Amino acid sequence: MTRGVAWLALLALVAAPLAIVIGMSFSTPDAGVPPVVPPLGRAGWQGSWDSWALIFADTFYLDTLLRSLRLAAVTAGLCLLLGFAMALGIASARPAWQPALLALVLLPFWTGFVLRLTAWVGLLRDHGWINAMLLRLGVIAEPLPLLYSDGALLAGMVHSYLPFAVLPLAAALARRDLAVEEAAADLGARPMTVFLTVTLPLAAPAAAAAFLLVFIPAAGEVVIPEMLGAPDSMLIGRAIWGEFFQTRDWPTAAALSTALLALLLVPIALYQRLSVLK
Amino acid sequence: MRRLLLSLALLALPLLARAQQPVLNIYNWADYIDPYAIERFQRETGIRVRYDVYDTLETLEGKLSAGRSGYDIVVPTSEPAFNRLVRAGALRPLDLARIPNASNLDPALMARVAGVDPGNRHGVIYLWGTVGLGMNAARIREVAPDAPMDSLQLLLNPEHARRVARCGIAVMDSAIDVLPSVLRHVGADPNSTAQADLDRALQALLAIRPHLRSIPSPPAIIDALAQGEICLAFSYSGDVIQSAARAREARRPHEVSYVMPSEGAQLWFDMVAIPADAPNTEAAHAFINFLLQPDVMAGITRQVRYPNAVPASRALLPPEIQNDRSVFPDPGALARSFVAGTPAQAGERARARLWARFKAGR
Repeated sequence: MTRGVAWLALLALVAAPLAIVIGMSFSTPDAGVPPVVPPLGRAGWQGSWDSWALIFADTFYLDTLLRSLRLAAVTAGLCLLLGFAMALGIASARPAWQPALLALVLLPFWTGFVLRLTAWVGLLRDHGWINAMLLRLGVIAEPLPLLYSDGALLAGMVHSYLPFAVLPLAAALARRDLAVEEAAADLGARPMTVFLTVTLPLAAPAAAAAFLLVFIPAAGEVVIPEMLGAPDSMLIGRAIWGEFFQTRDWPTAAALSTALLALLLVPIALYQRLSVLK
Repeated sequence: MRRLLLSLALLALPLLARAQQPVLNIYNWADYIDPYAIERFQRETGIRVRYDVYDTLETLEGKLSAGRSGYDIVVPTSEPAFNRLVRAGALRPLDLARIPNASNLDPALMARVAGVDPGNRHGVIYLWGTVGLGMNAARIREVAPDAPMDSLQLLLNPEHARRVARCGIAVMDSAIDVLPSVLRHVGADPNSTAQADLDRALQALLAIRPHLRSIPSPPAIIDALAQGEICLAFSYSGDVIQSAARAREARRPHEVSYVMPSEGAQLWFDMVAIPADAPNTEAAHAFINFLLQPDVMAGITRQVRYPNAVPASRALLPPEIQNDRSVFPDPGALARSFVAGTPAQAGERARARLWARFKAGR
């Protein structure tokens, strides 16, 4: 029974939408509602490989994809570093405090996502809080161009995705058996050695999960680069948006989405493989 | 169980009462109507209005292209969205017998739209405007005293742009409404998608790219000009005029003004139209007829500072708006203005790519 429900959910929520997207990538653009001719008509196959040929022939898409993966990796790396410190702090706090601390990590979700980003705009803009403060203190004479930069983009990305990294790490670190670390210490290991040789390896699977939980959605992010990023931060999410809305080339948008998905399956498959080996 | 059903039924009662009242779903540009007009329409007709807004044409076109948007009234811009939606069959032909006030429309302006909608069957002009320069003229005078103030040269001549950059320049992030003027500036057809012309336009844009503070969305320009963060912007006429009003309200020390480039500005029309699959076409026609009354249109123009296409409304406006050349361009400037076309898909992609390179500055 439960297995049936699971299969049904997978079919309706994963397989069917994916099939539609892949099918769309083989359709042909047309003036109409919707603006495409489906690849399978009454006469059978009438699809085209044009959009796939386009995204492989034009280096613009590949460059954009690589830039997005790089940004996602940096974001996930920073989230992992910060998240690990936070998770360790939460896990070593008094047990009575832990739920409250975890709730604090989740608290930002109570405010709208766009609102939190708008707060960054208010902080970083030319006449924003940070520049106003620095100007008043006499540190700078002209406002610093903080907004619409790679730094602003990264701040927004890390801020938005940090909870996804903290939660799995905090859960894993809270569950770890402290006796193992105590045993290492009793055998003469210094705190740093205990951390590096016992705590870290114990948390490694959770760290990999945390990295992936940030990396995967960050790779396709559209809103944050749009609101905070430099004008040259053309990322794959924005490129897909552009094909869909600006060029109204739904097949190319679908082909790009499929390509991004296929690329993101690689780290997921690696992760699965590693956890099976364990 | 029976109690549960009863309470559910009770909860549903207000919904039923509301369902009997007709509803009109309007999808319009953000900050683009007189709120009082909506209130008055509801009062006069008993039709409840659900008002929703977008801030890019792409959002509107995306929803209408997917079909079943649920909207009864939409306001696409004549080029490119309205044109493409007409060709795609996404709009319903208007029943002019139900819109007697259509006779209030300026035939000369409607004729300019007939090029993309033969016979004006699918829409009437809501508001229109031009694309040009928003500026804090006093600041520009200080940093570039000899630069021409009424020409695109002020923006597109790198020598002028370099000096004006000291008080901040922004170009709105809209390939479709910036490129035609730039193409014309480099001596090409504003609708050209020929690679050689696009390359020249890109060179012109890249030459001023280092001097631009930002390439923000059009609404962000309203704010930046009003706040005094920039002194020159390439943007929509009405947005600049709204920004000027905002600067006055906030008692800013500077004055914002709109200048239509003397070499001829890009002209655009926002069209009121009904989607082909609109649920309530009756109410939609009633709303269009309501809009085209001179006093309603006067109220909208007073609020958003864009001219409308109902000439009788102009006499009802306060004199300072009636005679404002930045709201109602003089006939000579209007004659020099041009309407941009709608490029084909490959041309559209070439333009989008050019725009991305301009934004990236390489």
